[in-house]
Amino acid sequence: MNNYTTIIRVGLLLAAFAIGATSIVSLTEANTRDKIIENERQTLLAAINALVDDNDYDNDILTDTLLIPGVRKLGTKEFTNVYRARKGNTPVAAVFTSIAPNGYNGKIKLLVGVYYDGTLAGVRVIKHKETPGLGDKIDVKKADWILQFKGLSLTSPTESRWKVKKDGGDFDQFTGATITPRAIVTAVKKALQYFDKNRDDLFKEAKK
Amino acid sequence: MNDVYGPIIREGLWKNNPALVQLLGLCPLLAVSNTTINGLGLGVATILTLVASNGLVSLLRKQIPEEARLPVFVMIIASIVTVIELSMNAWFHELYLILGIFIPLIVTNCAITGRAEAFAARNPVGPSLVDGLMMGLGFTAVLVLLGAARELIGQGTILSEAHLMFGEGARNLTIVVFEDYRGFLMALLPPGAFIGLGLIVALKNVIDARQKTKSAEINVVETVPAEA
Repeated sequence: MNNYTTIIRVGLLLAAFAIGATSIVSLTEANTRDKIIENERQTLLAAINALVDDNDYDNDILTDTLLIPGVRKLGTKEFTNVYRARKGNTPVAAVFTSIAPNGYNGKIKLLVGVYYDGTLAGVRVIKHKETPGLGDKIDVKKADWILQFKGLSLTSPTESRWKVKKDGGDFDQFTGATITPRAIVTAVKKALQYFDKNRDDLFKEAKK
Repeated sequence: MNDVYGPIIREGLWKNNPALVQLLGLCPLLAVSNTTINGLGLGVATILTLVASNGLVSLLRKQIPEEARLPVFVMIIASIVTVIELSMNAWFHELYLILGIFIPLIVTNCAITGRAEAFAARNPVGPSLVDGLMMGLGFTAVLVLLGAARELIGQGTILSEAHLMFGEGARNLTIVVFEDYRGFLMALLPPGAFIGLGLIVALKNVIDARQKTKSAEINVVETVPAEA
């Protein structure tokens, strides 16, 4: 008998602690939710504005989005958001994520901005697992390498030069790391090709 | 006062250092110690969690049922980590973008459950908080030392990317020790972490052994004349 009362007592106490712990977590979550969403919005906006100057467009870029289904050229099977920058009603640039599937250590997620005329507004790595000290120079926080894409397009350099130097192209690899830059150069090239083919669809007005 | 806290401080920082003696929390320790700044970041996040969890466990120690204390500790620690993560994300977003990746790693740090069980569940709040702080500092010291050693051997610098933690002004804190260093990748990869930690543990043992023989010698010197 005594055993049962112990079990019940301990069980109830455990349940009480579980309720307490869950309430504290939910309370915190409820109180931080809006702030976190706002922070993430600001971070995303800052990331986009690092590529496309916010003086160059006047629409609300975070709501003027187009959801596109998985595209092979962008390295993903999942739906992706395309953020569209416009001035007046003229398209200015599109910003979207693209994935380089063949990094040294798995996928590298990129944010790519392309002006309407097909030149790159810029590229940033937003997620990667490359080797610290070698492949991670693709991160703008560690090196300027990724900045060189600004202003390039499929005609400058020509498509056959969109390779790292080791493969006979125009882009520097890093000492001790060729695979990482190669993956990114290829992914950026594919993203440009995708943009080139689908440009007008990408800027279609959002359905009201 | 000193009698209570003195030993706690010595235990946490040296005698019972969580990383060197208890060998707890190795998963985050080995994974994130590839640079000085990464080590410091994880260290700071761990100190926060350790102090909060020790304090809370100690506060509730009379209510926590002896038979089910481990699940309760796990719940407390997991809630604390989540609350810290959410609050940081909301109010210290910049810092969160840097330390954020380290915080979930703390849940895998058994040093925290270890201190809850070994200390906080049996001691009043004051000493428990100090224990959490000292164990956290001891852990951080090893993280920073290991991080600095791996960074130095791996890429020839110390404190690279300090601006990630201290802001743009800290950019020139980075010390390039070897110019044109070609890098030694193994130090940055997981094997470097294991070897590095092994060497630090060995160093600590050597220092301890030296001290033991020294105090033994003193005893001998003192006792010899007495026998003569």
